[in-house]
Order: sequence, then C-alpha cells, then structure tokens
Amino acid sequence: MFVSGRRLLGGYAVLAYVFLYAPIAVVVVFAFNGGRDTLYWQGFSTKWFHVALGTPEITSALRLSILIALGNAVVACVLGTMLALALPRMRPWCRTPIDALAYMTLVTPEIVFAIAALVFFVQGGTRLGLENPLGWQTILIAHVVFNTSVVALVVRARFVSMGQQLEEASFDLGAGPLSTFRQVTLPRLAPAILAGGLLAFTFSFDDFITSFFVTGTQSETLPIYIWGQLRFGVTPAINATAAMMLAFTLVMVVVAYLVLRRSGSERDGATLPGV
Amino acid sequence: MLPAVAWYALFFLVPLAFIAVTSLGEVSGYSDIAYTWTLDNYRYLWDDFVGDLHLYRDIFLETLKLSVVGTLSTLVIGFPLAYYIARYAKHKTLLLLLVIVPFWTSFLIRAYAWLIVLDPEFPVFRALGLTGFMERHEILFTPNAVYIGVAYNYLPLMVLPLYAALERIDWSLVDAAQDLGDPPWRAFRRITFPLALPGVLAGSLLVFIPLTGEYIIPVILGGNKTFYAGNLIAQQFLESEDWPLGSAIAMVVIGALTIALVVYARALGRQEQHS
Repeated sequence: MFVSGRRLLGGYAVLAYVFLYAPIAVVVVFAFNGGRDTLYWQGFSTKWFHVALGTPEITSALRLSILIALGNAVVACVLGTMLALALPRMRPWCRTPIDALAYMTLVTPEIVFAIAALVFFVQGGTRLGLENPLGWQTILIAHVVFNTSVVALVVRARFVSMGQQLEEASFDLGAGPLSTFRQVTLPRLAPAILAGGLLAFTFSFDDFITSFFVTGTQSETLPIYIWGQLRFGVTPAINATAAMMLAFTLVMVVVAYLVLRRSGSERDGATLPGV
Repeated sequence: MLPAVAWYALFFLVPLAFIAVTSLGEVSGYSDIAYTWTLDNYRYLWDDFVGDLHLYRDIFLETLKLSVVGTLSTLVIGFPLAYYIARYAKHKTLLLLLVIVPFWTSFLIRAYAWLIVLDPEFPVFRALGLTGFMERHEILFTPNAVYIGVAYNYLPLMVLPLYAALERIDWSLVDAAQDLGDPPWRAFRRITFPLALPGVLAGSLLVFIPLTGEYIIPVILGGNKTFYAGNLIAQQFLESEDWPLGSAIAMVVIGALTIALVVYARALGRQEQHS
C-alpha cells in the first residue's frame, strides 16, 4: 500500500509532540501520586500540593521568585522598550554593535555570564565596602541583563511591522514628539510591551544558573530550591512544586502569545525570542 | 536607549572584563584573588593540552562532541517536524505554539523529568520488563542520558528557525521540479534544502553556542560522572574555590567559540560569493 509522504510526516509530527510533552506530563501526573514513592502509582491524591504549600522553604522561595521576576519584568520592559524604539533610528555603525550586544546576552553560554556576574558582584561589591554583596538584588540585576534583550526583540518586531504613518499624521496635526509618543506610539506598542514583560517574567521565574551563582546564602529562589532537593532524588512534593511552576509559566506564555496575536500580525508569534 | 546600553555595559561587558582580568590572577590564601597579571592559568591549561595527561583537553573534546551531537540530533529530529508544520499542517500557529511552550517552561524541570522517565523502575519499563520485551536498562547517569536530555531540551530552539525558513518556501517550485522529472529526494536536495539552509544555520548556532557551556543536564542526568566544560567552570567556583582558573577556562570557551564563529561566518560568506 502506498503511504504518502504527507501522512508519514503527520505521523512523525504526532510522535514528536509526544516526545515534547510526555516528560512534562509525567512530572505533572506523578505530582498527583498518593504514595510516597515517585515511581509507583498509589492512587490519585492532591496531598503533595498541600505538603508543598505547607513547606515554609517552598513558599518563601516561591514568594522570592515571583518578586524578583516581577521587578525584573518591570525594569526590563522600560529598558527593553527604550532600546527597541531607539535602535531602528540609529546609524548602522552605532546600531550594529548594540544589536550584537543584545543578541550576545541571549546566546552566551549562561554559565559564563553567571560566573562573570559572580566575580563582578563579589570583587566590585567588596571594593565598595559591601559586606555581603550577593542577594536578591544581584539576581535581579543579572536577570534584567538578558530580559532587556527579550523585551527589546518582541517590541522591536512590533515597532518595525506597524509602520510610522500614524506618527507622521500625529506630527502633521501638530502634536509634539512627547505627546505623539504618549498618545500614539505607546498605546499601539502596549500589547507587545505587555507580552515582552510576561515573557521576561517567565524567563526570570524559571532561571536557574544565573540565580544559583549570584545568590547569597539567604536568598533561595524556587529553581534553586528544586535543584538542592534533587540531590536527594525526585519526591512527589518536588513534582507538585514543579507542576505548579509549569502551570504558572504555561498561563504566562499562552497569555503573552494571545496578546501578541490579537494585537498584530500573525507572524509575531513566530518571533518569540529564543534561549 | 542609553539606560539599556549602560545596563549592558555595566552588568554584562564589565563582568566579562572582570573574568578576563581574574583569569590573569592567582589564588591567595583561601579563595582570595591576587591580581598578579600572570599567564600561569593559561600555561597550566596549555601544558595539559599538549601533555601526556590531558585531562582538560579530554573534557574540552567531550564538550565539542556533546555540542556537535546535540546540534545534529536536534536538527535530525526537528527538521521533519518543522517541515510538516510549514508545508502540510492546517493549524500552523497552534502547532508552532505547542513547540514554543515547552521552550518557555523551566529548563531545570524539563531536565529532571528525564530522571523519572529514564529510571529503570519507570512504569513503562517495568511493564516491558515483566512481559520480557526488554531487559533492565542502565541509561540514567551515563553520557547517553545526557545526550537524550540535550536533544530534548534544545529541540524547540532548532525547530523555530527551521520553521521560519521553511514557511517562506514557495512549494510550487518543488512541485514543478517533480513534474519535470526530479524524484522527491532530488527535488528536496536541489530546492527545499538550499532554501531551508538559513534556518538550518540559525538553528545550529542557537543550539551549538549554549551547549558549549551546558551545565544543568550533565549534573542531573549524567550523575556527575560525565564532565563537560560548563561543569569544569562551575567546579572551580563551587568546590575548588579557584576563581582565576575557572575564569581562564571560561575565557578559553569564549575564545574557542569566537574563533569558531568567525571561521563559520567566513566560510558562509565565501559560499555566498560562489553561488
């Protein structure tokens, strides 16, 4: 029997999606395992979610993760939007290196950036007379570096694709640059900024390597907590914590995607930046 | 724009300069750094590279192998998927979103999910073992587990640029080639693949570069028995407290990456001139 290439590829795609989602699904399913053992199913139960939410280390790590991710998203939105608006107007000799720099912050092996930030904060901080330079502040500062690039990429894609006609009309009608920005450009960019902010939030919320290296002894984010627990093996409570993290990021990413799609061209979805 | 560039400069470029300087220092006392402007760390690495013991050289070669194999495996797994979505799928945006979502969820959780899936006691393997279809496997905590984890975690990064390139292809060209007598594989080789090449190259860079510093997957799935450059750097900072040597290794990684990228860009430029 003749099987068309199209059918064959369709079957392959199904397998590929199973590959992409099965491991995540396994974590979520086993978070609902009633037993103490991770690998033996002992009935459905939500008790590990109660256990996780009743563990002070987990709730305080969750709180810290959310606060850092929020602060990071706000700062990255401001810096990233400014960058995205300025870049297209710059001369190439100025734009190219800044562009390259923005991409570098996203593709540099994260461990290299993490230890560079660590050396910088410790050496620079002690020279400034700080006793303990590392803490949630250093995590926040380091996260903003690459999330500024995330926001800038999303906002610029929108900014370039939406054209300048409305801005020109606004100038023709007598509005100054500032009121044009506030009344015309900013509202049109708002969905892209919001989407960039949501992505920056998840990027920071999920980050492990950078946080791990630039944190002090007091500030433990959720990924750092999970990492520490994994030394003792996977437990249902860890799976429950992970499942909550997954649900949280899932909502963020889907909302970001819908905001982008509703606001602009369909293609924006394809430009969700990488790394 | 200025604040963003200042942030990049102060918290990205200056830290990189810090490790460049630190790599020229040496440890004094317990984990303190003396800035002695010595090349000893590089000489130490060089002696290892050319010497009989070549521990570090082996680790760097393993890292190169991991990056190449990881890039190729995501390409082989990802290409048919991207091809299917771009050419045949009805709900392109939805299917693309389904590729993006795992990418934006926690890297750490996606890595440790394989700790459950690859466990010999995982229910699927237990069932297969009971029916005698499969013998007990020992994948976990071997290089193979690391390769599986890498292929899994980096797959979305490869699929997105592949899709972006394939989506722009005018498929009537392929149909025309086949109508004129090209068998499908030749039409693929002469038309589809050259047109998809920019996506292949972009995806390869996006996967290859971060892989040279991969840290999380070898620790979790390799059980600390497999060692790559990222682990080597982390070890100098977390255990040995030899920051200058760790910085020197990071500089070697950055240097090797830069050389590889320049050669890559040159080769690409030459090819474009030819065609």
